[in-house]
Amino acid sequence: MSEISNSSAATMGATPSSRYYVREHHPENGTLLGFWMYLMSDCLIFACLFATYAVLGRNYAGGPTGAELFDLPLVAINTSLLLLSSITYGFAMLEMQKKKVRTTLIWLAVTGLLGAGFIYLELYEFIHLIHEGAGPQRSGFLTSFFALVATHGLHVSFGIVWLITLMFQVNKHGLTPENGRRLMCLSMFWHFLDVVWIGVFTFVYLMGVLP
Amino acid sequence: MPDHIDMTKLIFGRLSWEAIPFHEPILLITFIGVLIGGVAVLGGITYFRLWGTLWRDWITSIDHKKIGIMYVILGIVMLLRGFADALMMRAQQALSFGDSAGFLPPHHYDQVFTAHGVIMIFFVAMPLVTGLMNYVVPLQIGARDVAFPFLNNFSFWMTTFGAGLVMASLFVGEFARTGWLAYPPLSGILGSPDVGVDYYIWSLQIAGVGTLLSGINLIATIVKMRAPGMNMMKMPVFTWTALCTNVLIVAAFPILTAVLGMLSLDRMFGTNFFTNDLGGNAMMYVNLIWIWGHPEVYILILPAFGIFSEIVSTFSGKRLFGYTSMVYATVVITILSYLVWLHHFFTMGSGASVNSFFGITTMIISIPTGAKIFNWLFTMYRGRIRFEVPMLWTIGFMITFVIGGMTGVMLAVPPADFVLHNSLFLIAHFHNVIIGGVVFGMFAGINFWFPKAFGYKLDDFWGRCSFWFWCIGFWVAFTPLYVLGFMGVTRRMSHFEDPSLQIWFQIAAFGALLIAAGIGSFIIQLVVSYLRRDQLRDTTGDPWGARTLEWSTSSPPPDYNFAFTPRVHDNDAWADMKANGYTRPQDGFVPIHMPKNTGAGFIIAALSAVIGFGLIWQMWLLAGAGFVALMAAIITHTFNYKRDYYIPADDVVRVEADRTRLLDSHV
Amino acid sequence: MSAPQHQAHPSHAEKYGHQDGFDVHHHDHTADHGTLKSYTIGFVLAVILTAIPFWLVMANVIEKSSTAGLVLLGLAVVQIVVHMIYFLHMNSKSEGGWTILALIFTIMVVVIMLAGSLWVMYHLNHNMMPGMSQDLIQEAVPGSMHNMPGMK
Repeated sequence: MSEISNSSAATMGATPSSRYYVREHHPENGTLLGFWMYLMSDCLIFACLFATYAVLGRNYAGGPTGAELFDLPLVAINTSLLLLSSITYGFAMLEMQKKKVRTTLIWLAVTGLLGAGFIYLELYEFIHLIHEGAGPQRSGFLTSFFALVATHGLHVSFGIVWLITLMFQVNKHGLTPENGRRLMCLSMFWHFLDVVWIGVFTFVYLMGVLP
Repeated sequence: MPDHIDMTKLIFGRLSWEAIPFHEPILLITFIGVLIGGVAVLGGITYFRLWGTLWRDWITSIDHKKIGIMYVILGIVMLLRGFADALMMRAQQALSFGDSAGFLPPHHYDQVFTAHGVIMIFFVAMPLVTGLMNYVVPLQIGARDVAFPFLNNFSFWMTTFGAGLVMASLFVGEFARTGWLAYPPLSGILGSPDVGVDYYIWSLQIAGVGTLLSGINLIATIVKMRAPGMNMMKMPVFTWTALCTNVLIVAAFPILTAVLGMLSLDRMFGTNFFTNDLGGNAMMYVNLIWIWGHPEVYILILPAFGIFSEIVSTFSGKRLFGYTSMVYATVVITILSYLVWLHHFFTMGSGASVNSFFGITTMIISIPTGAKIFNWLFTMYRGRIRFEVPMLWTIGFMITFVIGGMTGVMLAVPPADFVLHNSLFLIAHFHNVIIGGVVFGMFAGINFWFPKAFGYKLDDFWGRCSFWFWCIGFWVAFTPLYVLGFMGVTRRMSHFEDPSLQIWFQIAAFGALLIAAGIGSFIIQLVVSYLRRDQLRDTTGDPWGARTLEWSTSSPPPDYNFAFTPRVHDNDAWADMKANGYTRPQDGFVPIHMPKNTGAGFIIAALSAVIGFGLIWQMWLLAGAGFVALMAAIITHTFNYKRDYYIPADDVVRVEADRTRLLDSHV
Repeated sequence: MSAPQHQAHPSHAEKYGHQDGFDVHHHDHTADHGTLKSYTIGFVLAVILTAIPFWLVMANVIEKSSTAGLVLLGLAVVQIVVHMIYFLHMNSKSEGGWTILALIFTIMVVVIMLAGSLWVMYHLNHNMMPGMSQDLIQEAVPGSMHNMPGMK
């Protein structure tokens, strides 16, 4: 059925057949593209939650509205923390390019602390809302609010865990190519979360207090 | 003793002895059967001392070929379970008229049709499709594995443990009674307070993670790991359809994850996404789930289209007609699949303007598929057609699927759909396209690539038996359903009053038995082929005279696939090589860089299943502990930096020399 | 120049023992990593684009809430683009154009999902949920539809 034949070593050399193979081939690394694809899929999870918020976001069920509940100054502080953490991660990446382990770790730590501050304030806000009887069970509006904002918060939390783990790994192995790839993935993740937060503070908080 | 009681709740949640169905004879018998079969299998493995091999060579394998085979095995095993559900439904509906209540009360019948749908879509069709893509795509593009081999292993085990949870629901607790998409409010905590919907949610969430990661994996593989010279328009058509399928997976499965997550929040924490009161909106669930659901069916069918393209060109002895239009048609289908979802709920009340828009888009999306059919026909025209078993499946597909597609266009007309929605006509339509398209495609693909994977062809006679039983059986089973649907019979009914309908159900039941014979023939085919493997041996690696790169390797291929990465100059790269006097290199081999096996994927997936089980039964301690263990396992895995090794050049020399000997001895 | 590079190749791979595909020649490294200047510009722009919307809402600057909403969304889109360019180093060259292709496809799906869901759910609610609060209708309906008969 097929026409495979063998050629003996004697007739080998730069035969026409070598047109059809390469001796050594190193395929390009797919980690960054793969992680970008994962971020695209995460984008869709958030889009789903945004769509749900868009549809349910005014279903107050006779309960409190965004205008009554949202503490915009607190949200402004939170937004600043996250934005600052983005730039500090950027500084960490610049240090990584210069192959400086210590300063990379320092900027990573600062980023982690800012992120932790963000989560702390968010939890504070949630607990306060629940105490006021405005928990996620109260109405469609509050359900979709909590789902969207808490999912973002969960992502940030996992990001912090990842960041701490990476700090240990960079400390242990140094700024190897593998660790460089991991830091770049976390970088993409971290900035992506800031992008999502832009959507959250605009669409949920700011537009949510508009009549 | 309040403390003691709290501990029990914490440990066991709502799990109790009542969860075990001691009073259901069907389940008891099934359980005994599973027990005997399980003991036999486990005993056999122990007796033949295969545990080590099983762990080292299969469970921990990151080789795409092994993982592909395991996916297909999973799909076939689950096919038996899903089909058993089908037989029960056909039997119940053929018997239960007037005073006769059949043997399945509604409480069970509802679980049977729900499980049937969930299993067939998520644990038969998806694994079969994923398995074939996993096996074939790296070989077709001249790569040695996928982009993320560890993730590949992990994805497989997530899917398998998801299936395991569904199977567990047979014997511990119950399954959902909501239909395969579990619409609220029926699937909410008030409509379904029991564990059934929770089994549904968590098995799909776990399997869904596996599928999503698999999608990312294959996209990165196809984009980054093609052999030199293989630009996008020189890729085999199956690889193109695999690429589009995986794009759909990455862009659709997150929606399922989000929606099921929201449903689980409603059930567990009393939130108001889809409730009837407090500002929830159950219609939003239907809307979102079908935004996932429609791309899902294209995820199932596109790989089948790719398989048929490969088979038609191989067995017509001709290059595929209209390669460019095939590619464009596939990409157009991918994009359009996001614009039709509302046709699944024309009757929910969105009104004429919305319904018209989606009705029109639905009709438009049939056009690229039509273009593909014409391309296949033109490929066959003036070809030298060989009616091997894969080609039989293909021709069966062309006729069956086209008719099914036409009934789809009928349903796309909103006024017609108002009569036919949720009738047996709808059931007949989607089985027509899924069986005629996906199932026939999978059998075609299995018959086509089996020799590559195992080194011997499948038995021809039993393959033909299987095909004819399936093809005739399908039509006998589902034509009556078209008739019944037109007459107004609704789906998912376990009992009927009108005796004039009974004959149709009886014919359909007979059709189901024919299909059972088809499945039986397939199993026999596997056994007989194994027993006759020496006579059916594929020594050349190219038993069909095929056209793409996977056929340039031995059957089965070595671990590293290609001793030297191929360089590609044209479409149908292997056909090009054969036509230009390609000869296999026999020396100059170098060490080959390969990823290492690992048990981490299995362990992390198993922990996920434990957490799922804990959440289903509200065993918070188990779920919590499981979560902590999961995070620990994942973090530990990330500390493993030594994930690869080199196959020594001598090993490559030896393997290639073995192949040379084999080829020489059979010239 | 090529001969020394080829000889260096296997030893480099052996030394690091890392996965195939590590790109020694930096051909296709995902774009650039940014510079201090680009991060700073991005940060400053982001701060401005954050301060403006907060001020607009907290000081109640714009009368009509629908106009305000559009302005806020517009500013958000601009800030997202700023993040994409200056922080995520988005460009059409990275990964051979696949990054931006994936982004465009995702945006397309997101837009279809958001717009489609809003359109569909608006009609479903209007037809199937009588007595629902008018707030939902006013939110989801573009300005022009307010003039239609039967609508507030």
